[in-house]
Amino acid sequence: MNPFTATALALTLAGPALAAQPPAPDEGADPALIVRGDYLARAGDCVACHTAKGGKPFAGGLPMETPIGTLYSTNITPDKTGIGEYRFEDFDKAVRHGIAKGGGTLYPAMPYPSYARVSDEDMRALYAYFMHGVEPVAQENRDSDIPWPLSMRWPLAFWRWTFAPKVEAFVPAPGQDPVVARGAYLVEGLGHCGACHTPRAFTMQEKSLDAGDGDAFLSGSAPLEGWIAKNLRGDHTDGLGSWSEAQLVAFLKTGRSERSAVFGGMSDVVVHSMQYLRDDDLLAIARYLKSLPARNPQDTPHAYDRQVADALWKGDDSRPGAALYLDNCAACHRTDGQGYARVFPALAGNPVVQTEDPSSLISLVLKGGTLPATHQAPSTFTMPAFGWRLSDQQVAEVVSFIRGSWGNRGAAVSARDVERLRDDDSAHTSGDDIGQVTDHSGG
Amino acid sequence: MANAMKKADVVIVGFGWTGAIMAKELTEAGLQVVALERGPMRDTYPDGSYPQVIDELTYSIRKKLFQDLSRETVTIRHGLDDVALPNRQLGAFLPGDGVGGAGLHWSGVHFRVDPVELRLRSHYEERYGKGFIPDGMTIQDFGVSYEELEPYFDFAEKVFGTSGQAWTVKGETVGQGSGGNPFAPDRSDHFPLPSQKNTYSAQLFQQAAAAVGYHPYNLPSANTSGPYTNPYGVQMGPCNFCGFCSGYVCYMYSKASPNLNILPALRQAPNFELRPNSHVLRVNLDSSGSRATGVTYVDAQGREVEQPADIVILGAFQFHNVRLMLLSGIGKPYDPKTGDGVVGRNFAYQNMATIKAYFDQDVHTNPFIGAGGNGVAVDDFNADNFDHGPHGFVGGSPFWVNQAGTRPIGGISNPPGTPAWGSAWKRATAENYTHHLSMDAHGAHQSYRDNYLDLDPTYKDAYGQPLLRMTFDWKDNDIRMNQFMVGKVRRIAEAMNPKALAILGKQPGDRFNTQSYQTTHLNGGAIMGSDPKTSAVNRYLQSWDVHNVFVPGASAFPQGLGYNPTGLVAALTYWAARAIREQYLKNPGPLVQA
Repeated sequence: MNPFTATALALTLAGPALAAQPPAPDEGADPALIVRGDYLARAGDCVACHTAKGGKPFAGGLPMETPIGTLYSTNITPDKTGIGEYRFEDFDKAVRHGIAKGGGTLYPAMPYPSYARVSDEDMRALYAYFMHGVEPVAQENRDSDIPWPLSMRWPLAFWRWTFAPKVEAFVPAPGQDPVVARGAYLVEGLGHCGACHTPRAFTMQEKSLDAGDGDAFLSGSAPLEGWIAKNLRGDHTDGLGSWSEAQLVAFLKTGRSERSAVFGGMSDVVVHSMQYLRDDDLLAIARYLKSLPARNPQDTPHAYDRQVADALWKGDDSRPGAALYLDNCAACHRTDGQGYARVFPALAGNPVVQTEDPSSLISLVLKGGTLPATHQAPSTFTMPAFGWRLSDQQVAEVVSFIRGSWGNRGAAVSARDVERLRDDDSAHTSGDDIGQVTDHSGG
Repeated sequence: MANAMKKADVVIVGFGWTGAIMAKELTEAGLQVVALERGPMRDTYPDGSYPQVIDELTYSIRKKLFQDLSRETVTIRHGLDDVALPNRQLGAFLPGDGVGGAGLHWSGVHFRVDPVELRLRSHYEERYGKGFIPDGMTIQDFGVSYEELEPYFDFAEKVFGTSGQAWTVKGETVGQGSGGNPFAPDRSDHFPLPSQKNTYSAQLFQQAAAAVGYHPYNLPSANTSGPYTNPYGVQMGPCNFCGFCSGYVCYMYSKASPNLNILPALRQAPNFELRPNSHVLRVNLDSSGSRATGVTYVDAQGREVEQPADIVILGAFQFHNVRLMLLSGIGKPYDPKTGDGVVGRNFAYQNMATIKAYFDQDVHTNPFIGAGGNGVAVDDFNADNFDHGPHGFVGGSPFWVNQAGTRPIGGISNPPGTPAWGSAWKRATAENYTHHLSMDAHGAHQSYRDNYLDLDPTYKDAYGQPLLRMTFDWKDNDIRMNQFMVGKVRRIAEAMNPKALAILGKQPGDRFNTQSYQTTHLNGGAIMGSDPKTSAVNRYLQSWDVHNVFVPGASAFPQGLGYNPTGLVAALTYWAARAIREQYLKNPGPLVQA
């Protein structure tokens, strides 16, 4: 499991000698600047990583497991245990340069390689917000559980010198549509979409940081905790080729579109970040993403194949996985794989079910998923878990059936693929699963 | 000593349809609203998780979603001279429990009201003369007209995502030949969704009813005919006719419920709080007894908690509203001997008859599919759509095939004369199950002087408070109407050419039977009206005696309707909420001068 493909966790070093520093000069609490900073902090989704489950906003403490030990995100509230004594320059060093106050290098889970292209004006606004718009919380940062010698920070500086880009103003390409340019600024910069959606090299850096840097950019990642961050390029099979700009905007704003629903790690991104963005910024993001060409030069649009739907309609469930599909999936996703608009996602042609790595679809079948409530679309649809009632072989059959029906072009999966993704929760039948009367009020 | 909570603007007792509607309307008005629900939290997930919810034993037989009688029940007796005994096993009616209340386990038949039934006494006196209404029948007018309620019926249908076919919209006929009901009152708009598809059994009924000269129409159903987004931005899935509606949580997100259609929007409101497992004991009044100060409830840990509020909404099930008023001293209790008092008065029910038809092996009715609100009905004998003069009874009845799901335990039905067990029963079941259908006459039920509710003198609930006592029996008018309706439905049934019929109607001398399911459509006890001497709440469902207590629900119906009550319950609640928002908040006090 690759830790740096997680939604980027910002992990700053606790500076060793804070007391000697003069207090942060007041930048002036210009209300408009604070409001803008609040908006930009939403766009950067700072809250996602800098807030522990059930914790105070931005007070840090969210654990993140890595192969070398657990790290904890830091307090970025304006308390002295947080960044209360940071001057603008300290703040800027951390966010855009990856250098903590005190000089240590941040773990690159903090997406400073992306933030490097945030503009000076936006940095000022973010600083104003974090100093004046966020409630200070006294909460000491927690040291990582990484054992020595891996806990030594100095080698990270070499990583930073090698892979972090120079901090410089974002310049649109000549002749670039200003809407696309705005989208590029948000996606490549504050949005740090590549932190999850761009594959990483062996040395953990994102293989590409912008659209001009090869076709690896936003071409999808390896799985983390059972989910992959999908290809966002123009590919029809597993990318956004079949999505319209309007569908993409609706998806980011409400977590759902005519044919899709958000799940996995992206749910939090929609809930904490994307739904707060203005329509013009969402449109810019969508138009920019739609400008990325397919990675696969042989990419072709999905061609619907009626064969499976016709067979099911006639009661022929002889194809492997077909009977399982009818019993477990068809009520919502339908025998023709088209689902129901905005409610139950279509499976026919859905890029999520055709990814080369089938982890996401397998995990969905095993664990289910709940569509999060958003301000514009408050309904929370839940796909129930099926891990408790289907064997690895059955899950493999039904997932293979979905990946290969209605013109879909995903490869078959094996029971072994399913077994790897089971965790304790989906390995056993619980009382609820067999209809026991359980009080779910939970106090 | 009760723990006191921070004062709220509004406290709502019960979170079913009326509680949810009031909560939405009053949070929209900017008020701080706390809803107290005595039962547990429930929602589509996990309570309606597929396939676990498709479990007749857990839900229908063991009654998972219904009131827990080990904590509280009603006592029942037939007449004033009888001793009432506690109802220890649910049978005739099935009150809900938990978030969503009966709105979570209902079927989804979503009617408006026949305008005549809102002014029933006036209408009968005008058309048939004062002497036509028998002595002891205490029917009266609601004090509100269909025209006044129409916008609220319309809005409620849009919130519920109701499927149906209008007959007229703004006076223009639109429903001829497409499933509209020619007896339906005019509408300001179409249903938000087109009618659901009809089962084969409903199609047989449609053909037969038309053949004998009646006017079949598609039942308005709060089961969706397709995906839907309501005015609150809340979404519904499409009904797939699984047949597990009444008594179940709908796993397809397609049966309207407070949980599905309103709660997601309320969760976005920071000025709303829902507290499940909060059993309200009483409404607290100030020393003058004319103003409520809040409620006292018992929380999940068994602690008594006081919730102060400026407005109290009693949004519990019909008879719980009445009981809370009696326990709290709101309004004068009704005395059947003198006819004085109002709380507990005009307790009325439903007057059902059922005919089952059995066909040969070539007629496949496939009763395992179904939807709770789906079907085909006729209104030729509903309300006052026919001349009651020669028949001498009050009341009407819609008839229908409402194939709501014919489940493997409760749904087995064989022709009369079939043995009740053994190999002959098994053979008959195998022969008949997929070749039968069921029709109902869903009769209105009238109110009478000695059908009423009061506090039981003997029995108490788990909290030491008196149980509600139900004094109820069928009257001559009920039996005669039932027999008349059976005769009419039988004509339709025979026009289908069945091989056998089973007729389940009332016979002279039949008494109310607590073990035989009728409907859960209980009415009255805290009725609305224009006169504080004969009604407990005014036309805005406001207590005549305690002006900051509002009591929405079928407890406000002066008598039972031919139609299912939920549509009128919802419309009246929106109507009352609007009065609170536009009149009461500006000038708190009686909205109608007594």
